[in-house]
Order: sequence, then C-alpha cells, then structure tokens
Amino acid sequence: MTQQEALFEYCLRLGDNGLILGHRLSEWCGHGPILEEDIALTNIALDLIGQCRMALSYAGTVEGKNRSEDDLAYLRDVYEFRNVLLVEQPNGHYGDTITRQFLFDAFNFALHQRLQFSSDEHIVAYARKAIKEITYHARHSSEWMIRLGDGTEESHNKVQESLNDLWMYTGEMFESDEVDQLMVDAGVGVDLKIVKQQWDDSVGTVLAEATLTQPEDGWMQSGGKKGTHSEKLGFLLAEMQFMQRAYPGATW
Amino acid sequence: METSTFTTEAIWHLLEQVKDPEIPVISVVDLGIVRDVQSLSEEGFKVVITPTYSGCPAMNIIEKDILTYLRGQGLQVEVETVLFPAWTTDWISEKGRKNMEAYGIQPPVERTVDKSFLTGGRKTVPCPNCGSKETQMVSQFGSTACKSLYQCQDCREPFDYFKCI
Ligand SMILES: [Zn+2]
Repeated sequence: MTQQEALFEYCLRLGDNGLILGHRLSEWCGHGPILEEDIALTNIALDLIGQCRMALSYAGTVEGKNRSEDDLAYLRDVYEFRNVLLVEQPNGHYGDTITRQFLFDAFNFALHQRLQFSSDEHIVAYARKAIKEITYHARHSSEWMIRLGDGTEESHNKVQESLNDLWMYTGEMFESDEVDQLMVDAGVGVDLKIVKQQWDDSVGTVLAEATLTQPEDGWMQSGGKKGTHSEKLGFLLAEMQFMQRAYPGATW
Repeated sequence: METSTFTTEAIWHLLEQVKDPEIPVISVVDLGIVRDVQSLSEEGFKVVITPTYSGCPAMNIIEKDILTYLRGQGLQVEVETVLFPAWTTDWISEKGRKNMEAYGIQPPVERTVDKSFLTGGRKTVPCPNCGSKETQMVSQFGSTACKSLYQCQDCREPFDYFKCI
C-alpha cells in the first residue's frame, strides 16, 4: 500500500464516520423526546455531515480519480464504506442514541485534538475546524449520560443496558492496521494507543459520575474500518442513496 | 464604473451591505467570515470567506449573496471558501456584537471555546431583553448551529445566545 492509498483510506474513515452517524442522528428529526433535543441532535448531525464533506472532498482529491464528495457519499456500495460499526448501530431509544454518541464523541474528541498537529496541512485545517464543534458534542452527550445514569431507577437501568449492548463496538475504534500505521509513520495520522488512553480516562470519569458500571472488555466486534458491515448499514444506505439509485445522476 | 477603478478597500466597504441571511442585522464583514479581498492580476476581485460551522447551510447563500451584490455593482468577482484558519467568534466586530444584542441575540461573553466539557462551571450570560444576570441555559443547541437557547429567570423571555467557538 502506498502512502497515497493509505491517506485516501484514512480520509474515508474520517468522512464515513461523520456521514453515517450524521445520517443516523438526522433520523431523529421530528422525533426527539423533547424539542430541545430534537434540535440538538439535528444540529450535531449537521456538524458531522459538514465535517464529512471536508474529509470526503479531500479523499477525492487524494485519490485523483475525479470523484467528488457527493460521488463518494452517494455512489459507493456498502462494502466500500469505512466507518466503524458503532456509528451504524440503529438509534434505538434515546438512551441508546446518547450512549452511542457519548462513546463515539470521546473517541472523536481525542482523535481530532491530535489531528490538529498532523503533518498534512489539509488535515490540520479540517481538524482545527472540527474540534471546536466536537467539543460541544462531547459536552452534550457527557451531560446526558450523567443525567440519565444518575437519574431515576428506570433511566439508570435503561442507559446501563445501552452501555452493555454497545460496549462490544468500542474496541474497533482503537484497532490499528496498515493504514493507521502508515499514517502514523508519515506524521499524518494519530497513534490510536494514545487516543485509547484519553478515551479510557474521559469515559471512566463520566461513567463514574453517572453512577454507571463500565462493562468488562470482552469480545469486540470488528470489520467496519475495512468495509465489512452489518446489514444495518445496507438499510441506511438504501434510504440515504435513494435518489441516486432511483434516478442516477439526478441533480437539482 | 469600471472594475479597475475600484480598490480592495472599496470592496470591503461594499461587503458591509451583504448581511448574514440568518441574522440580517449583521454584515458578513462584521461577522468576521470575510477573510480577505484580493485584486486579481487579470481583472476583478476575489473575496475569500470561511464558514462559521462546517455544516453551516447558510454558506452557499452567503456566497451567492456576495456574488449577486458585487456583480450588481458592475464588478467582476469570484468567491473562494477556505477552512484555515478556522473561524472563531472572536472575529465578530464590536459593531456586529452591538447590532446582534440590539436584535435580541446575546453575543458571545467570552473569548475562545470553553473546554471544560464535563461538568465545569457555567459563565453568566445576561438577558438581552432586561439585562438580568439570572438566566439559565435551556439547550446548548439552538435554532441554528451557532446559537444556544437560554431563558431569563426574571422577565421569563427565551433568547438566543451566540455561543463561543
Ligand atoms: Zn430578562
């Protein structure tokens, strides 16, 4: 694998995480438990999709095959997506959505904090923009974890169950492969071991305050970063890509 | 007037007529999203802008508004969007902050983003309606990406707060 190929993959991973999670959150539009949260989740969706546009348009440039951000978002099939499995998990109830967001935000925050010092100036510009927004996302989901965990018996039990269910998707975020290694060696990417340390710290602090029990690290799901996804992503894409599938090349 | 007789200063001045589509009392210059105006070697000008938020849906409209207004003045102009350096609320001018407040949106109270995202202390955001400091954040996320929703405990009015990034 060349450095250019690795950079393309790396940008797809950044962009696809934002795209798929952003799409998931947009599914809450008009269905939020309270108006403020409906607005919050769609705002976060907008930030994530905005960040995704920067990452995917840069991926297209790096690849050099004239693919635009739209081509990459709408014209790829499921096995070509590089998001982690965590972000494609269905919304479930509000506690599930908040837990998924919290586990991802803590990772995304630690990752983008370091991407600001990448040797690639495009990644630096993207990360410095994104980190400001991710800071707000992480604050929002942390506060909700505490509110739900340290809330009523019912909210506590529900969110503890969400945490137990989603924990097996957390390992993949820190799995390092050839792409990650090449990017770390080039000074472009971030060492995921360091991201993991920070994630452990911030997640542990919030869970303790939320009176939630951190699940044991057991068997972890894996494959999203390499394009092996659950059937859930297929359904998501069927909706997200509907227009381009039904009317190829449609513009308006 | 011919494009060539304009200076970049004149373009900056004209851009004060282009307002933010979501906060129509503040110009794109006062909002701090116009980063540069360059005189092109061939002919005309380039206006360099930067988005407030990555997903800000107003950016396309702002670009179009700038082009429409300046071309309406008979100018040859193009717009370039850059990401770096990232926009910060510190770039909102004093005039912009005053206009925003008069419009009922509380401008950012501190410089740069508050990083204590766990449970850290809250800053005081005064009510733009009655000036009371007894206000409460209802939601970090408001009607647009750049705003939070607050409510005044004294006059009970809800209001938007332009959050710091
Ligand atoms: Zn008041």
